[in-house]
Amino acid sequence: MQFWIIQGLNSLSLGGLLFLLSSGFSLIFGLMRLANLTHGAFFMLGTYLAATALRSFDGLNIWITAIGAGFVVAALGGLFERLVLTRLKANPLGQVLVTLGMSFIISDACLMIWGGDSIPVPTPQNLQAPTRLFGFVFPTYRLVLVGLAVLVAIALYFLIERTRLGAMIRAGVDDRQMARAIGIPVSRLFTIVFCLGAGIAGAAGVLGGPILSAYPGLDADMLPLALIVVILGGIGSLLGAFVGSFVIGFIYTFGTALFPELAYIILFLPMIFVIAFRPQGLFGRVGA
Amino acid sequence: MKWIAAALIGGALLLPPFLAGDFYINLASQILIAAVFALSLNLLVGFGGMTSLGHASYLGVAAYVSALLTSRYGFDHGTAALISILGTTAMAAFFGVIALRASGLGFLMITLALSQVLWGLAYRMSNVTNGDNGITGLTRPTPFGLSLESPAAFYWFVLIVAAIAFLLMTTFVTSAFGSSLKGVRDQPRRMAALGFNPWLIRWITFVYAGFWGGVAGLLYVYYNKYIHPSSLSTTSSAEALLGVIAGGAGTLGGPAVGAALVLLLKNYASAYIERWNMLLGLVFLFIVLVMPAGIVPGFSQLMAGLRGEKR
Amino acid sequence: MSISRRQFVGVAGAGIASMAAPHLVFAESGDPIRVGLLAAKTGPLASGGIDMDLALTMFMKERDNTLAGRKVELIVADTAGVPATARTKAQELVEKNNVHCIIGPLAAFEALAIADYLTEKEMPTLGVAAAEDMTQRHPSPWFVRLTSTSAQCAYPLAEYSAKELKYKKIVTIADDFAYGHEMCAGFQRVFEDNGGKIIQKIFTPLATPDYGSYVAQVKSADAIFLGTAGSNGFRFLRQFIEYGLKDKMAVIGGMTALDESVLRNMGDEALGILTTSWYSAELDNPLNKAFAPAFRKQFKYDPGYYAGSTYVSGEVLEAALKSIKGNVEDKKALMAAIRGSNADTVRGVIKFDEFGNAIGDVYIRKVTKSDGRLVNSVIKTYPDVSQFWTYDKTAFLKNPVYSRDYPPAKNLEP
Repeated sequence: MQFWIIQGLNSLSLGGLLFLLSSGFSLIFGLMRLANLTHGAFFMLGTYLAATALRSFDGLNIWITAIGAGFVVAALGGLFERLVLTRLKANPLGQVLVTLGMSFIISDACLMIWGGDSIPVPTPQNLQAPTRLFGFVFPTYRLVLVGLAVLVAIALYFLIERTRLGAMIRAGVDDRQMARAIGIPVSRLFTIVFCLGAGIAGAAGVLGGPILSAYPGLDADMLPLALIVVILGGIGSLLGAFVGSFVIGFIYTFGTALFPELAYIILFLPMIFVIAFRPQGLFGRVGA
Repeated sequence: MKWIAAALIGGALLLPPFLAGDFYINLASQILIAAVFALSLNLLVGFGGMTSLGHASYLGVAAYVSALLTSRYGFDHGTAALISILGTTAMAAFFGVIALRASGLGFLMITLALSQVLWGLAYRMSNVTNGDNGITGLTRPTPFGLSLESPAAFYWFVLIVAAIAFLLMTTFVTSAFGSSLKGVRDQPRRMAALGFNPWLIRWITFVYAGFWGGVAGLLYVYYNKYIHPSSLSTTSSAEALLGVIAGGAGTLGGPAVGAALVLLLKNYASAYIERWNMLLGLVFLFIVLVMPAGIVPGFSQLMAGLRGEKR
Repeated sequence: MSISRRQFVGVAGAGIASMAAPHLVFAESGDPIRVGLLAAKTGPLASGGIDMDLALTMFMKERDNTLAGRKVELIVADTAGVPATARTKAQELVEKNNVHCIIGPLAAFEALAIADYLTEKEMPTLGVAAAEDMTQRHPSPWFVRLTSTSAQCAYPLAEYSAKELKYKKIVTIADDFAYGHEMCAGFQRVFEDNGGKIIQKIFTPLATPDYGSYVAQVKSADAIFLGTAGSNGFRFLRQFIEYGLKDKMAVIGGMTALDESVLRNMGDEALGILTTSWYSAELDNPLNKAFAPAFRKQFKYDPGYYAGSTYVSGEVLEAALKSIKGNVEDKKALMAAIRGSNADTVRGVIKFDEFGNAIGDVYIRKVTKSDGRLVNSVIKTYPDVSQFWTYDKTAFLKNPVYSRDYPPAKNLEP
């Protein structure tokens, strides 16, 4: 019984982390039709920044660090988008090359600056004591992460559904040409969305830090997960990313626990099934 | 102009065994193998418009099958090669049916997922594949009784196979079928309206690309005399894809140039520069900004421009 | 432009001659000794590879780049932790740089990718990789290993856990690759031979960002044995502690679980953990008492497994070179000198068995605090441990190599 509850909670917290990671990716892909392969590197950059910031300044708060790192990564993303990506509008292959190239640059820079060691990110002081539930303990921070994912989901929902910016984004997702035709500044919108996506990734890196730690190769470990979530959930759908994250969280956690022989492929089989039988994902509006 | 370039390149390819030491001959062999692999991927990416991140599946499976058949089950190289290629092609046929249910990012993800499944199996089924230790102690074939142990002998072998591969793939692409493939890449609905079967055209290309990927896999395992699950990894597929794009997808020679570039940067630049990963990334950025279609198209534009100015 | 026949013959002749000529064999004192280092300086193994480079470079610098009276040139090649690249780099060192001997590589799969090649080229290699079979069922006359096989250091700890700590039930966890399999197999064998039971063996996939689901699977036992390498052990341990399990079970580890390179990023949660290794920065011999503080002074952290491995390689190489008066061109003599050496190194005195594996002291260490930082203090020394432990070597070699399922784990709880 305990096993099921703990693994269930693990699934939820992993799902929360995945949503924080992939919401930015989903946003960028939904609007810009750009598979941002730099996303893992943006995430990792956030984790490394958190590791240094939180270990150097004792009183620093992880939430502020997340916002700060988010801005830093957003700025980097914005520069990248303005200087490089705008020139590649009709060149999807070029986008692949450039986003992968940028991820090499960022990850090598991280190796150069922080070295090859794994650097832990401290859990916030007031959340270090584990929560006691039904006779066992569970790390409090993981539970908080679930709450955070829900908060971010709600915030993004409001942004997309209830603001003018969101309306413009939705218009751009549905029909880029028409949006441009009625005067929506699509180029500027792209930059804003890319910054937002990158920023969320950076902040997610900070928030995931206490669980993952910063290490070389974190970007390559996280990127496929973001891709899987977005594909499963459906392109252009935030709800899809949200549901997809938790589905993947459950499949991964219970799958590796119950079928260790399938550990490597437990994530990819469901995705293959979904794409093979429902290419637009669970909630996708636009065909993949 | 094109003929002169072709002759020059052809001549240059004949030189390594005469001019260079073992190290450079081996380097040339590696470049040719990477080129064959990239050319096979280009059939999908450049001419077919289907971006795949799982092409290493074919390289790895062919390599593993050949390795296992020769080292563990005592097959001779000829039979092993035949079985490997047939098996890999059959696998490509099967994967093609699954992967072609999607397009764009979905297609990319399925190819990625399929290759990851194979990678996971290679790691996990260590009774068969020796898992993380890889399979060592492999041998090279002896076509017509000739030994391929020396770098020069092996280079000639690879050169001949690569030349045949290039010729056959070029024929494929410049044939009527190749035209219909490009049509399907650019205007699938119009092609369907004209009576073509886009799915079939894509699937045939997918299988053909898998076939040549398998051939590259055989060359790869013969060269290294070792195979490890990392050859099936996404990194391996990504490197080939990067080479194709950087060199010029959709051109005949571009992928070879791109593959050579990636190989040299990954394996040899590290002797001269510690931050070679960063250099690789910067080179890609540079290529895309300056020559958006890749090195070969960019270069020929440059040449055309120079000639234009001279006149 | 045409090439004259004379030019062609000249060039072709030079080409053929350069291909045919072996390594120039002349022991001219002006020609330096070229040593190649294969280290993974980028990629997931980067932390270890970087340390390997730093320690060996420091070794050479301390001796003014001169060993046994001859100048030494060190060429460092980055394998990126990829077997194909390791092979390319090995070829580069041998064919382009014309090295006289090679130190490294670190990972088992790197070493296995180049083993055949190095044997064919008769290149003396001082290896670091722990793959068991390289000095058991598939040894090479040109390969020695100065660190330890995967299981060699686990044996003493297993005996210590059973006999002195009186643990009865242990859970093992390691990365799901050969190194992890071999180490846990060795630990299991000796622990169960001494009356203990391994009730669960967990192997985590190599790319596991979140260990939460694995921590939740750990069954209740006296201790958990970490057969991990690199940073994974410490990342697992963090989650282990966060789930409150450290209060319920002791933690013990293998030679790379809580290496100095990992300890330097940890906090008080690591105190009291026992691990085993062939080295510790706290070793109390005169050579280490000079080396460790010097390393710390230069690089601001303690040397561990990786730094120790190449420094010891340097010491063994130097001892061998001295005994053959620096005549490194005579490869057979160099190899014989290395294998026959009884060198005094920072890890103690080591010698090699007939398979080329090191026999030396293994240390049980406990994490304590010293000078405000975490260190691996030595609490017990097992002298002259061989890769076969106390088992008969012929019987040992008749068994299959250690793997995920061998020796079979008979005491697993469902």
